[in-house]
Amino acid sequence: MTQADSTKPIMGFKLPFKMKVEPRVVDPPRWYSPMLSVIAVVVALMIGALVIWLGGGEPWKVYAHIARSSFGSVGVLSDTMVKAIPLMLVGLACSFAFRMRLWNIGAEGQFFLGAFGASMIVLLPVLPEEAPKWQFIIVMALSGMLFGALWGFVPGFLKAKFNVNEIISTLMMNYIAVEWNNFFIYAVWTEGGFQMSRMFQRNAWLPRLSDFAEAIPVFRGLTTHMGLLFAIVAAIILWLVLSKSQWGYEIRLIGDNPRAAEYAGISISKNVILVMLVSGALAGLAGMSEIAGVVHRLQGAISPGYGYTGIIIAWLAKLNPLAVILVSILFGALILAGREVQPSGVPTLIQGVIMVSLIAIDFFLRNRIRITRRVEE
Amino acid sequence: MDQTNKPNEITNVVRMQGIVKRFPGVLANNQVDFELRRGEVHALLGENGAGKSTLMNVLAGLYRPDGGTVIVNDKVVNFSSPRDAINAGIGMVHQHFMLVPSQSVTENVLLGLDEPRFRMHLPRYNRKIAEIAGQYGLHVDPAAKIWQLSVGEQQRVEILKMLYRGADVLIMDEPTAVLAPSEIEELFKTLRSMTAQGKSIVFISHKLHEVMEISDRVTVLQKGVVTSACLPISSVTRADLARLMVGREVVFRVEKKHVEPGEVVLSVKDLQADNDKGLPALRGVSLDVREGEVVGLAGVAGNGQSELAETLVGLRPVLGGKVIVNQKDVTNKPVKFGIRQGVSLIPADRTQVGTAPNLSVTDNVIMKKYDQAPIGQGWMVNALEANKYAAELKEAYDIMVPTVDTSVRLLSGGNLQKVILAREISSEPKLMIAVQPTRGLDVGAIEGVQRLLLAQRADGAAILLISEELEELLSLSDRVYVIYEGGIMGEVADGDIEKIGQMMTGTRLEQIEMQGEA
Repeated sequence: MTQADSTKPIMGFKLPFKMKVEPRVVDPPRWYSPMLSVIAVVVALMIGALVIWLGGGEPWKVYAHIARSSFGSVGVLSDTMVKAIPLMLVGLACSFAFRMRLWNIGAEGQFFLGAFGASMIVLLPVLPEEAPKWQFIIVMALSGMLFGALWGFVPGFLKAKFNVNEIISTLMMNYIAVEWNNFFIYAVWTEGGFQMSRMFQRNAWLPRLSDFAEAIPVFRGLTTHMGLLFAIVAAIILWLVLSKSQWGYEIRLIGDNPRAAEYAGISISKNVILVMLVSGALAGLAGMSEIAGVVHRLQGAISPGYGYTGIIIAWLAKLNPLAVILVSILFGALILAGREVQPSGVPTLIQGVIMVSLIAIDFFLRNRIRITRRVEE
Repeated sequence: MDQTNKPNEITNVVRMQGIVKRFPGVLANNQVDFELRRGEVHALLGENGAGKSTLMNVLAGLYRPDGGTVIVNDKVVNFSSPRDAINAGIGMVHQHFMLVPSQSVTENVLLGLDEPRFRMHLPRYNRKIAEIAGQYGLHVDPAAKIWQLSVGEQQRVEILKMLYRGADVLIMDEPTAVLAPSEIEELFKTLRSMTAQGKSIVFISHKLHEVMEISDRVTVLQKGVVTSACLPISSVTRADLARLMVGREVVFRVEKKHVEPGEVVLSVKDLQADNDKGLPALRGVSLDVREGEVVGLAGVAGNGQSELAETLVGLRPVLGGKVIVNQKDVTNKPVKFGIRQGVSLIPADRTQVGTAPNLSVTDNVIMKKYDQAPIGQGWMVNALEANKYAAELKEAYDIMVPTVDTSVRLLSGGNLQKVILAREISSEPKLMIAVQPTRGLDVGAIEGVQRLLLAQRADGAAILLISEELEELLSLSDRVYVIYEGGIMGEVADGDIEKIGQMMTGTRLEQIEMQGEA
């Protein structure tokens, strides 16, 4: 199939060795796949460097600046984390669905609905204004997850019952979600005609590190919020479910061969709905944590495409929930760098190139290259 | 060779001499000679794996032979692709059609040609194709979309494709395997009309009565070697052909202990179900299988066998009738309910249904046990237990893998079947439904699979063996049912191959017996 043979002389010049691409007949070792991901990132950074250089910049200085402005001090590291939190949760949402080969492209919409569900608790209001903070956190988180899950349920149900392609339905649901939110911030909850709701009262904010500055002075001015905890706990739970549980086994089996799963007596439609519910709930939790942890009001521009970046993160992490956390931090840094690097398109470009390198490099998981010394005929 | 230069007395359109084709581990064609005259139907007869298709794939340019010469119209040719072959006037109609379902007949015929260039001029080509179709009696509407056509009509489109490209030699690879009897008649008419107009046809088959009916001469292959070349059909009998094809007078029987059949395990009453297209596939099937019994189900592919297997395990909805397993009604129950009752299925398709290719051997063998102790514990899968279990099966069934962590996509067909058998047999099934369990395996593996099935029988399992290989059915089964167009034609216990053959072509047992008495 993939028989690229370089035995033919190239432009009259004979190479002293033969290169042959052949399909792998044994599984590559465990470290191989993560190593390829790392290589993909390095290649992407090199291509980015080339672009910067062609544009007249100095690549290494730019990268050094990006690194400094993302990881250089406790303060910027905290900012990186703040950017990474929604990515972690959304990346987990995508990874979970992708494990079953359920292409949930709708994390963006589920994120918006999660934000809506959380805001509703404050703005409707569901809880009285003076309710204690812990009540707000729990109820807002649950409500955010519920609304995200609902937004995931619709395409899940359509897929399970009528075999509607989930890629299209989840994608379309994103646009509905944005307009749904717009209706509320333009009309219902608008603050004096501006396209945003009022600022939430402080007891509806997620606790930040800076809230504990009196006890631990290092935390002064650090905006990393409780969403980080949500993300880490979610990642651990998801990892347990996927790699240890019977449900995780069902999901992996369906993902690899739905017909085999059916034959083993596993209900595909039930799992499609359940997985979309969980995936939507995670993306909804991302929306809630962004609203309650960072923005503190419902407004239009709450996501620079987190839901879509989550897809890239899921792939880069090879759909491993624990790896999602690390990859999200890298992407948080790239987003943060966007405001430091001019032109700010460069980090986005790197993200795109990473994605393409990743897809391309998967070739080496399935194939190997054999180099043999050319024997003189 | 000097004989190639001599002019032939009778016009041989094709001559193949000393064809050798090797595949890893198999010598598919060993010094095979073949010739085809203008205007004849030449049957190529042989069992599955005898090398018929390989030989014709060489002629059609799909394979390059490792040795030998191909001469077309007295010229030595060296095809490197099917395109070369069709340019030389040789076209092949494969078993699996290569058509685009959403496009029309005409569009499919034109696909890949240089004409028309830019504008399609469909009406003009519709007329042209209708003309060719009329000439040979190939009834098909050129404007119809492929998905609207029956299998028989689709086959006509494939033939049309070849005729439109100017094929003088048409290779038909088991053309009747997918056809209904009335369509077979239609096809034979077309073939006769084509030979009358000077075309030559290679008819690949392993069905004796069809070969006797349609062909002028026959060449028999057995295990890659020609056992008899170019016999005029008038000079042979069916029995002669059977002997030449199988190579031994009597059907080979596997050593089989006597087991007294016990209670009825599977009882199917008047079962009805549809196929994937929503057409009736099972029209009232009734059968019984007892403990300690292998019951065969014979039939030409596509007469409802796969639908029956799926219906019995709960993968396909039952529209009428009942399925009883061990006195429990399992009609339209979830698949898992059947599994719990001890129903086990060895699916025909090992890679598409039987296994998950990218999961490990361990994950594949626990497919039906992952939620039961000791492997399933609470909400978890106990990885230690699962690996231990997989390692035990690897030993017991001699599955050749370095470790049980290996992805099953890297396994050979025989090993993959061992994985499936290990999983199914170790669940100690009360009822085992085995669909084509030895298809595509080499001789050693086939024997292993058959031995495992018989061991199950000795342990008192009820086995329903669904197979298209009559020899295997007869040697393993205690009784054989014959299915035809979704109905059971009858049952034989004495392995009377003559009767089975007649039932497979749609004659009911009662009718056969009446004829016998008359």
